Amino acid sequence: MTLLDELGYMLTDPLMQRALVAALLVGLTAPIVGTYLVQRKLSLLGDGIGHVALTGVALGWLVGAGMGLVPQDALAIPGAVIAAVIGSVAIELVRERGQTSGDVALALLFYGGIAGGVLLIGIAGGSQANLMTYLFGSISTVTLADLVLTTVLAVIVLAVGLGLRAALFTVSQDEEFAIASGLPVRFLNIAIAVVAALTVTVAMRVVGLLLVSALMIVPVAVAQLVTRSFSRTMAVAAVVGVTVCVVGLSITYWYNWSPGATIVVLAILTYGLVAAIRPLVVRRRTPHDPHPDIPDDVQVAGTPRPHGTAATASAAGEDDPCSA
Amino acid sequence: MSGPSGATPVIDARDVRVTLGASTILRGVDLTVATGEVVALLGANGSGKSTLVRSLVGILPLAGGSVRLLGSPLGNGVPWQRVGYVPQRVSAQSGVPSTAREVVASGLLHGRRLRLPRDWREQADAALDMVGLRDRATDATSELSGGQQQRVLIARALARRPDLMILDEPVAGVDQPSQEAFAATMRRLVEEGLTVLVVLHELGALAPLVTRAVVLRHGKVVHDGAPPAASAAHGHAEHEHLHPHDPASTGPLPVQDLGLQQGGFTA
Repeated sequence: MTLLDELGYMLTDPLMQRALVAALLVGLTAPIVGTYLVQRKLSLLGDGIGHVALTGVALGWLVGAGMGLVPQDALAIPGAVIAAVIGSVAIELVRERGQTSGDVALALLFYGGIAGGVLLIGIAGGSQANLMTYLFGSISTVTLADLVLTTVLAVIVLAVGLGLRAALFTVSQDEEFAIASGLPVRFLNIAIAVVAALTVTVAMRVVGLLLVSALMIVPVAVAQLVTRSFSRTMAVAAVVGVTVCVVGLSITYWYNWSPGATIVVLAILTYGLVAAIRPLVVRRRTPHDPHPDIPDDVQVAGTPRPHGTAATASAAGEDDPCSA
Repeated sequence: MSGPSGATPVIDARDVRVTLGASTILRGVDLTVATGEVVALLGANGSGKSTLVRSLVGILPLAGGSVRLLGSPLGNGVPWQRVGYVPQRVSAQSGVPSTAREVVASGLLHGRRLRLPRDWREQADAALDMVGLRDRATDATSELSGGQQQRVLIARALARRPDLMILDEPVAGVDQPSQEAFAATMRRLVEEGLTVLVVLHELGALAPLVTRAVVLRHGKVVHDGAPPAASAAHGHAEHEHLHPHDPASTGPLPVQDLGLQQGGFTA
């Protein structure tokens, strides 16, 4: 059997088709949102939101069980979306109040989210094993309804993340300047937080809540190694994200590996590879004097004086200017 | 540039009070700037200069008093496209690289305009040209020197072709040629009708442009009037030290009464 045949089987498998579309959407959206998070030095925001989303999953489960829905986790993803959005807006409002307490607030959300999720899933009659599929992803169980929801969320993320790119860049790059420009800074900040929350829930099924943040951050880290502009960083990060997601998922078609872990390890290997070969590839720029027009008037004892100051010079180091 | 006609001040701040945490930084500051003026805001470290300009553009909330910019109270009603703010340069770089052109282009957004105009590259490059950095447009800002980064921030404020510029120590730590280039750019813009409020540690190369000086001390205005006479540069042969204990040194401004001896504009 040839490689092409194998690829053909993979691409005609409906389960794999759904999984590949989900992986493609995640690979595209996560790094785009991640670029803003890295720029704002909020790299761990995705993690915080992921933890809160776990409580949302359990809450959805609890409500679903209470209503007698089948399957019991029918409301898990909507629950995660709602909890993640509320959590991200809460984090943003805390951050806005003052930088100092934001760190602690984030920590409270981390631990509260995990503990709340484990507690609620028990009350709902589920087990911690049920939570595992959300913590580490379960792309093989993506249903058509899941895929539709994922697509809708991804379209919202792309519309905001790309459509408001200039404004989101401005507010992430220099928030005070954005205020002094009369931009709706709070609206833009909350837009980034909500989009990050939606991305977390989109990526939840593919890589799991614990590894969501990696897909938002690692492709951006790779892109930063080779780019000098914000727009190029975002574009390269998206290409890296799509590539590792699709390739990583495809590998798990033949090997019984965890898709989420495979994708993240692939992303980190990419980072290592690019970091290693970058010095060999990047053209070494000749160091240039940023101010060639400024005469160099700093004199160091024992060295010849620069041109243009020779008229005032006697032997350097002998005449003390202070004793004159 | 079309300045407002009539007597409406460009900046009209009344009894501005600002508190940060438990401490009161500004205790009732009045400041009026008319069209075409170039006002220098002077004062020792901690006198509240930066706090004042930051509250004038809405970054810091007012604990009391009122601010009107270009005739409108601070908020959505201000024609922000006519205001250019240049913050003090922050040395910390953000995580993602950005080019000088990208940073300057962010100055094209204001008020409710959240998307860049179609010709944003041309507009950003024109602003970079005004500060002499057009050839560095595609360089990452982290690759630029401190003085060049400061000029990028000035270009960002110039990008929207403002009628009023508010600058916070635009020449602090900037080399002499960059300072002179900055002064030349400002002179041309002022001749075209730009109104300027600039926080300065010393008048320096901007001295010939300044029409009025406002001096802050401990959060209050202690002088509002003629700018202090430019003192000779330190390297000058007849350069003279004006020390607070020297009763003979009387300039246009009684320096020793203003508490500006520490790093002031005289010596």
